[in-house]
Amino acid sequence: MSVLSDLAIVWSAILGFAIYAYVVLDGFDLGIGILAPFAKSDDEEETMISSIAPVWDGNETWLVLGGGGLMAAFPLAYSILLPALYAPLIAMLLALVFRGVAFEFRHRHVRHLRVWTWGFVLGSYVATFAQGVALGAFVQGIAVEGRAYAGGWFDWMTPFSLFTGLALIAGYALLGACFLIMKTEGALQERMYRHALPLGVAVLGAIVAVSAWTPFLDPALSARWFSWPNIAYLSPVPLLVVAIALGFFRSLAAGRQILPFVMVSLIFLVSYCGVAISVFPFIVPRAVTVWQAAAPDRSLGFLLVGTAVLVPVILVYTGYSYWVFRGKVGAGPTYH
Amino acid sequence: MLESLDPVVLARIQFAFTISFHIVFPAFSIGLGSYLAVLEGLWILTEKDHYIRLFRMWVKAFALSFGMGVVSGIVLSYQFGTNWSVFADKTGPVIGPLMGYEVLTAFFLEAGFLGIMLFGVNRVPKLMHFAATVIVAFGALVSAFWILAANSWMQTPAGYATNEAGQFIPTDWWAIIFNPSFPYRLVHMVLAAYLATAFVVGATGAWHLLRGRQGPMVRTMFSMAMWMAAIVAPLQLVAGDQHGLNTLEHQPAKVAAMEGHFEAEMKGAPLILFGWPDMQAGETRYSIEVPKLGSLILTHDPNGVLKGLKSWPREDWPRVPVVFWSFRVMVGLGLLMIATGVASLWLRWRGKLYQTPLFARWCLVMGPSGFVALLAGWFVTETGRQPFTVYGVLRTADSVSPIGSPAVAVSLLAFVAVYLAVFGMGIWYLLRLMRTDPEAASAAPPPKETRAAGITPVQATHGALPEP
Ligand code: HDD
Ligand code: HEM
Ligand code: HEM
Repeated sequence: MSVLSDLAIVWSAILGFAIYAYVVLDGFDLGIGILAPFAKSDDEEETMISSIAPVWDGNETWLVLGGGGLMAAFPLAYSILLPALYAPLIAMLLALVFRGVAFEFRHRHVRHLRVWTWGFVLGSYVATFAQGVALGAFVQGIAVEGRAYAGGWFDWMTPFSLFTGLALIAGYALLGACFLIMKTEGALQERMYRHALPLGVAVLGAIVAVSAWTPFLDPALSARWFSWPNIAYLSPVPLLVVAIALGFFRSLAAGRQILPFVMVSLIFLVSYCGVAISVFPFIVPRAVTVWQAAAPDRSLGFLLVGTAVLVPVILVYTGYSYWVFRGKVGAGPTYH
Repeated sequence: MLESLDPVVLARIQFAFTISFHIVFPAFSIGLGSYLAVLEGLWILTEKDHYIRLFRMWVKAFALSFGMGVVSGIVLSYQFGTNWSVFADKTGPVIGPLMGYEVLTAFFLEAGFLGIMLFGVNRVPKLMHFAATVIVAFGALVSAFWILAANSWMQTPAGYATNEAGQFIPTDWWAIIFNPSFPYRLVHMVLAAYLATAFVVGATGAWHLLRGRQGPMVRTMFSMAMWMAAIVAPLQLVAGDQHGLNTLEHQPAKVAAMEGHFEAEMKGAPLILFGWPDMQAGETRYSIEVPKLGSLILTHDPNGVLKGLKSWPREDWPRVPVVFWSFRVMVGLGLLMIATGVASLWLRWRGKLYQTPLFARWCLVMGPSGFVALLAGWFVTETGRQPFTVYGVLRTADSVSPIGSPAVAVSLLAFVAVYLAVFGMGIWYLLRLMRTDPEAASAAPPPKETRAAGITPVQATHGALPEP
């Protein structure tokens, strides 16, 4: 029993890491799609999209690891959550189709450039919104009976989930802006500094709103956060957010290039831990725990060996690939 | 109205539709990946210019195909949960880790080095770039390894037990991965990907030959493709034959459906060439047969005994006409490919490989044949597995999500609309790349970086852009 419970926890941590990696990495990709309509010239737009062309595929692979890992490690959770989030997930997948093909399609025909740029932009908005909605629907809870989803098709749609959808658009846009601060220079970079400020304020506002809202979704949630002694243990969480936020705004004001992105990633990390605290040890909130959903030891152990060996290797060569493409993105001539 | 449709049927159509689109791109990526690695290797060895120019031409097609493979594949990895949740719950402990390994060993590898392969020409040393190409090509093969292990386990499950919740739980991973049909399917599928790619490359060469373009690029691509056809098509026949014998051992009802055999016991069974399998009547109508050849091929004895579909209960039969006809399409095209290869050897020997318009025209027609055969083959395999998802153990009807027909129908319509539009355009772009005169397109000077430290992906892969 103890080994089993250990593996379930280990796998929760691995999946947690994969999803966080996805959120930050594909977050800035999608964020650039969200910001692209605000480019001031075709060259700028090209620079923005070029900055992620060599890396977006690797970033999106974390989503595949999240999905595939969930099926492997917690098949019961996979089989309940995906039908429960049917509509937002299908919307996300279709949006990612448009986003992903745009990188290549934009340059296959001069006259189609605009069309696929719009595919890229709308795909980024819809995918982000759908992910935010899915997150909200997940936190607010899912109806389960036996081993199956027992709710309706539109259970996911509530004011809360729509709000988290919008909030994530702001969040990814902020990540995208901070990534561009790192990767560009000149007028584009200036403008990203200016976008980052209101986006940062919006994201913090959203974090406050979601934190205030969550306890009212379910009495169990308010009990978790506000009962004694939990409140004492958990109070550092909001304090941390405040501290990092201050660091973020100072780094912007000081014109730092890398620090803003790091700070935003940390804000995401802390908020993400906040969600985890609301949910854990459930993997389908308040219905199925990680232990109930876990695959047998032989499955978890088999994949764990590979994960333990391969994820560090992956991080090394992914790092190498970012290193090859280090430095500022050239505005470069486009072809007209 | 939508409620009256069977959600199982809709989910099956949705899966068949999305995976049939998906598989075309990975198969092309598997074939092109290896082709590009060979081209770049030849260039490094011989320093002949046309190899690297061919590389630059085909790497653009590769980038397109790869991108479409990625986005259509992500859809699939979530579709197990959205539409086949009971299947996912039950088989997750077994096939989940296989797909997990696919992500860890193949997808990350490909994605990590693809950027360098496509955009890194001016940023890494020559050999590092070649290494990236080889790694990407290798990654595509590794991906085929794992996903085919998963699929083959569903065909011929092994190495598992079941628990109280009705889940399959692994008992022996070696037996699961190297399940009885896996080695055959892996070989047959990889050869299929190479053949499909070779025929597309060959048709491209033929197109340019027919336009009087006889430069080294055109000749080289045509020649390489014809060598592949001549060597790999006969190998595929052998691999397919062995695959069939193995299937006879593990899924005899599927073979009966491929052959159109209904009678329970057939001594000295004929080979039915064509006919119409009528499941209602339990016989293959209007059949054209060769006596005893069926038994001879499958049992190596003209009077050998074969079991027909009536040896199994009706409710365990697959849709016989689909299996029967898809099988004939695949084998028929396979034979035409062998004939193409043989003809190319003959013409090559006579020194007329590039000067025979009739043959070039034939190769143009055969361009899509590899992909058609590949899809037909999967239809045989997958429809022949019905009515089970895990053969003999888990029924398709018991695998589906508790999602109502309207939701499945609406998402199906959305997939159809988006796929036809997006991948239709993608395929059109591919054809456009291929029909552009390669010598003229690559005569432009190789792309240069405008800035020392800038990413200039656009110029790097899109240097020689065909004008509309
Ligand atoms: C690892 C799993 C896996 C893999 C690699 C494949 N399939 Fe499959 N296929 C399934 C898992 C599956 C499935 C989830 O088990 C389905 C859905 C419904 C069903 O009965 O089986 C299925 C059904 C299914 C059907 C519908 C059969 C019917 O309902 O009569 C078709 C036509 C295909 N697939 C075609 C393909 C093609 C063209 C593939 C080429 C790559 C392929 N499949 C690979
Ligand atoms: C249901 C079955 C399948 C699923 C769930 C699936 C899933 C996926 C996913 C998620 C990707 C994108 C990976 C990325 O982000 O880079 C992908 C790409 C790929 N898949 Fe599939 N796949 C399936 C069937 C197959 C089959 C049968 C093959 C080959 C035999 C195959 C070969 C590949 C390859 C080579 C790629 C790399 C991208 C490319 O080359 O275009 N897949 N697949
Ligand atoms: C020339 C004679 C051929 C024979 C005798 C043959 C035989 C077979 C058999 C028996 C199967 C079904 C195996 C099963 O479901 O258990 C199969 C499947 C398949 N065939 Fe063929 N085949 C031939 C040619 C080809 C060609 C030319 C291609 C493509 C270029 C091809 C591609 C496939 C694919 C993709 C599958 C499904 C995957 C698999 O189960 O391996 N085959 N073939």
